[in-house]
Amino acid sequence: MKKYILNRLGLSVVTMFIVATIVFFLTRILPGNVARRYLGRSATEEDLVKFNAKFGLDEPLLTQFYRWLRDLLTGDLGTSMAFNKPASELLLPAIGYSSRLALMSFLIIVPLSIAGGIVAAMYRGKLVDRFLTVGGLSAAVIPEFVWAVTLILVFGVTLEVLPVTAFPTRGDPSFLSQIEHLILPSTALLLVLFGYIARITRASVIEALESDYMRTAVLKGLSRRRAVVTHVLRNALLPSIAVIASQVPYLVGGLVAVEIVFNYPGFGTILRDAVGGRDYAVLQSGVMLTSLVIVLFQLAADILFAVLNPRIRSRISE
Amino acid sequence: MNTSSSAVRTKSNAERKAIRAERFQLLRRNKAFLVGAFILSFWLLIAVFGSMIAPYPYDAMDFMAVSKKPSGTYWFGTNKLGQDVFSRVLAGTQLIVWMSFLATALGTIVGGTLGLAAGYFKGWFDIILMRILEAISAIPVLIVALLAIAALDGQSSGITVGVIGFVFAPNIARTVRAAVLSEAELEYVAAARLRAERTPHILFKEILPNVLPPIIVEFTVRLGYAIFAIATLSFLGAGVEAGSPNWGSQISENWAYIFSNIWWPTLFPAIAIASLAVSVNLISDGLLEVFEV
Repeated sequence: MKKYILNRLGLSVVTMFIVATIVFFLTRILPGNVARRYLGRSATEEDLVKFNAKFGLDEPLLTQFYRWLRDLLTGDLGTSMAFNKPASELLLPAIGYSSRLALMSFLIIVPLSIAGGIVAAMYRGKLVDRFLTVGGLSAAVIPEFVWAVTLILVFGVTLEVLPVTAFPTRGDPSFLSQIEHLILPSTALLLVLFGYIARITRASVIEALESDYMRTAVLKGLSRRRAVVTHVLRNALLPSIAVIASQVPYLVGGLVAVEIVFNYPGFGTILRDAVGGRDYAVLQSGVMLTSLVIVLFQLAADILFAVLNPRIRSRISE
Repeated sequence: MNTSSSAVRTKSNAERKAIRAERFQLLRRNKAFLVGAFILSFWLLIAVFGSMIAPYPYDAMDFMAVSKKPSGTYWFGTNKLGQDVFSRVLAGTQLIVWMSFLATALGTIVGGTLGLAAGYFKGWFDIILMRILEAISAIPVLIVALLAIAALDGQSSGITVGVIGFVFAPNIARTVRAAVLSEAELEYVAAARLRAERTPHILFKEILPNVLPPIIVEFTVRLGYAIFAIATLSFLGAGVEAGSPNWGSQISENWAYIFSNIWWPTLFPAIAIASLAVSVNLISDGLLEVFEV
């Protein structure tokens, strides 16, 4: 087990290194230099030199890459060129806000999608099943921003039942007082992610329902419902863990669009502004932090999967 | 030697044809697929003939008719610039249909070639390629695309197409690789090797036709994602020319006005995006069921 975890950890480090390489060299792919693009055509030669010296852009590319990596590892996220202050001052609070939204969404998405998958499996082939699977996957292919705008139109403007900003305009912005404001943005994310998670849960529940141990349980005299709760779920939830972890990148991508529609001061808004303002340090560090979160989630899911699944566990300990 | 190997091939060709006919029958009876195909054909027709139906040029502004409700003159109403929303939705169709098809085709060609090579050669090439692809998929598609568009300074549809294509390549490569890994063990590949066929011939003429089903399914799945990603990017204002009638741009320019009850310049492009995306999804779902990949 220990060996498996170390091995997975090592692979995650390799992945992060490759991500860093891609992120760094992607922003330097154009032959034109950063300073010229940033300061504009009117900048003098002297301005450019000063700018380059300030941000360490006058050194060889590999030295810059090395220095950037070293800084990242020591927690230095670079300096925002647009605001002239540490990128961490912009990114960390924004990530805090985004995690609130992500957490709220997760708390809604995971139980609802798993429940949806179980219901669809138990009524396999019936109308409920068709509705949940075809409807769920159709909802999933419609972009978050389309859902967000539609939800605002229906619940915020026409019915006027829910707030249309993700942030309370008055009073204390604590998580609790914010929950009401997070319902619509979380729903937009739910609609996109429900279908995938529900589909995998449905498939594994069906597989479990048809298994030998299920037949034994029913023959033993257990009611179908009871058998599902005690026997099926344990086995069927495993694949769901894997698919939930694989949806984290989509959740993060979706956050960007949803935050912008709901005017939420999260990491998506920062990232969009950094793209618009060509604020490379913020952009690079932002993408690195995102990938780190995703890689950690995948690592955690893999380990959880191995711990919970006796078949994998025994194979690992061999 | 030669006769026996060609016998192997003819047999597999006949089998392939029978399977294809059977699958076609199944598809014709698949309701989801038919509905999807119907809606997609509708959008394809609009993409080709839309400019002929459009009652107004998509960028023509009429300041005497600003934010008009849908009516007989303006079927979908007008936006705050007095532009006809119906004509803009028609013009936007062409953009998103072309961009998403080209991006997916690019991703399929690049990813398919890499996947074929990785699955066939295995070894170091495979290991390194798969690690790089895994790293790319650790960054959300939307964020890689934003980063690349910012880096390339590209406010153009062409750059968006290229970026989305390359970002999709890893997933397609992974699917193709998995299919090739099981194919490469089969007899016909060994036979082709014994005939001393050149590697490109084995890859593209022998293996490729047999791994086409998963590639086709993957293509339609990715096409759905491409529509999703391109719409979202244009909503975020990345990778589109200013004033373009992209559906996503139309929503980003007009959605703030829904608070003043001017919902039509937002709702019609939103319905367009939703129906196009859902139609492609219904098609890929139908194919998935029939191909059982």
